[in-house]
Amino acid sequence: MRSIVTTVIFFLVGLGAFAGGGGKKGGKHAVRPTDAASQLKLPTGFSAVTVVENFGKTRHIAVAPNGAIFVKLARLKDGKGIYRLEDTNGDGKADKISGFGTFPGTGMAIRDGYLYASSDEEVFRFKLDANNNVVDGDKPEKIVTGLLSRHEHEAKAITLDHSGNLFVNIGAYSNACQLADRQKGSPGQMPCPILDSAGGIWEFKADQPNQTYGTGARYATGLRNVVGFDWNTQTNSLFVMQHGRDQLSSLFPQYWNDKQSAELPAECMYELHKGSNCGWPYIFYDQIQHRQVLGPEYGGDGKKGPDKQYQDPIVAFPGHLAPNGLLFYTGNQFPEKYKNGAFVAFHGSWNRAPEPQAGYFVVFVPFNNGKPSGKWEVFADNFSGGPEKTASGRVDYRPCGLAQGPDGSMYVTDDTKGTIWKISYKK
Amino acid sequence: MSRSIFFSMLGGCLFLLATGLMAQTKKPAPAGGGTAASIKRGKPVYLQQCLACHQADGLGVQEMNPPLSKTKFVLGDKVALIKIVLSGMQGVQVEGDDYHGIMAPHPDLTDQEIADVLTFVRNNFGNRATAVLPSQVKAVRATLKPVAK
Repeated sequence: MRSIVTTVIFFLVGLGAFAGGGGKKGGKHAVRPTDAASQLKLPTGFSAVTVVENFGKTRHIAVAPNGAIFVKLARLKDGKGIYRLEDTNGDGKADKISGFGTFPGTGMAIRDGYLYASSDEEVFRFKLDANNNVVDGDKPEKIVTGLLSRHEHEAKAITLDHSGNLFVNIGAYSNACQLADRQKGSPGQMPCPILDSAGGIWEFKADQPNQTYGTGARYATGLRNVVGFDWNTQTNSLFVMQHGRDQLSSLFPQYWNDKQSAELPAECMYELHKGSNCGWPYIFYDQIQHRQVLGPEYGGDGKKGPDKQYQDPIVAFPGHLAPNGLLFYTGNQFPEKYKNGAFVAFHGSWNRAPEPQAGYFVVFVPFNNGKPSGKWEVFADNFSGGPEKTASGRVDYRPCGLAQGPDGSMYVTDDTKGTIWKISYKK
Repeated sequence: MSRSIFFSMLGGCLFLLATGLMAQTKKPAPAGGGTAASIKRGKPVYLQQCLACHQADGLGVQEMNPPLSKTKFVLGDKVALIKIVLSGMQGVQVEGDDYHGIMAPHPDLTDQEIADVLTFVRNNFGNRATAVLPSQVKAVRATLKPVAK
């Protein structure tokens, strides 16, 4: 009996070793370890290295002219909310790392010798020296204060133009401005009172301290929540990615089934100008019908259009993909077709359930003369770790921030584990 | 084929058809019947009311909707748990992680539906705990003011 048991055990162990041995040769582990750099699927000629791994909740990222990287964390790491990462030996990995700033948040930008960073209520800036080191990490200037943060769409993404203006997203603390948020049967408020102080982009002076609602101006409205946005230097205008509304089928099963609700509404790219109104919460953009439809909280049924037309998106992506990063590529390293085009980092969906989740990739939209010149395509894929992980939403990484380095490489952050990839092109 | 056999076959077919139709249009399992029956009734309520946010595996969504797996909110005090369903919730910390998503109140669900869905949740996603009873939901509901829509 004993010999039979031993044989069976040997057989099972052998089977296990065989099953686990399908990976690279010489692997010491039965299961091949995940390699965050090689996991990404990129177009031919592109490759990725990881700058850092397991670094925390790394959100937006900015790269200084000398290549020093600054990343904002949504949760403090060793008491610090911003990290400066430097690669001194040219292998792409950060080997000189220092932290400062005692507030968590999302926004990170560099302009005219200053590093701008946001918490969920305020925007600060830190002076940079000639080597792009922070002059005094303990004493930032407070540029904006007192912004609404009500635990829904609270991240204050920031970007700057080249004329001394700072733009801040103030997300709506609501799904569709119902009297009782996300409650079935609760009506939409008319007019939506949230729009006075949120649901849009606010403009401030980049160099004046302690500004708030009274001193800033509402630049654009009717935007539910924007996390990815960028100033386009070719058009000299502000481009944003809106997170569209949730829960069409769970709140209005009479008009949308789960399958439709997984695709709708579109995640929209808008080109904004002062006074732009993109229509939230009264309408949403249906990318299948290619038109604006009246929100169901305001009498819509999925077909009725609004009486008043709002601004149309310039690109409409499938629903719930959660665009968290936008970057217009101005570098010379990538092939010509990428020049002046837009990269969008999609954090990935949750509101597609019970349908499969989607997203968790970086897409590219080609641009010519400031307008989209072709269909969007997936640029960097497989952050999730495979189709099953994508479908369940239990993914390895979720793309969030994008930035361009001085050599034309592109950086992508992940805010679940804290991975930062540097993506480069070589002919 | 004799007439009587034909009729008995026809009768048999009609009987099968009728029971088939009854099975298709069958209402959810009747109330009562112990924990197993309650879990069974709770599943469709979960799919309809909870899945969109808490997901099919009950593990929620990072930063937004909290997991329902092995937390004190689900396995602990039943009164507090019933109150979450009846009154909604926003902003909670589970196992050191913050969740900001808003949960709408669900006063429209019956005592039985709330008892069943909570019993389902307390016995799925790695959880194992006693059933929540309609009488317990009723008692908690009586202590709450009606929620304005």
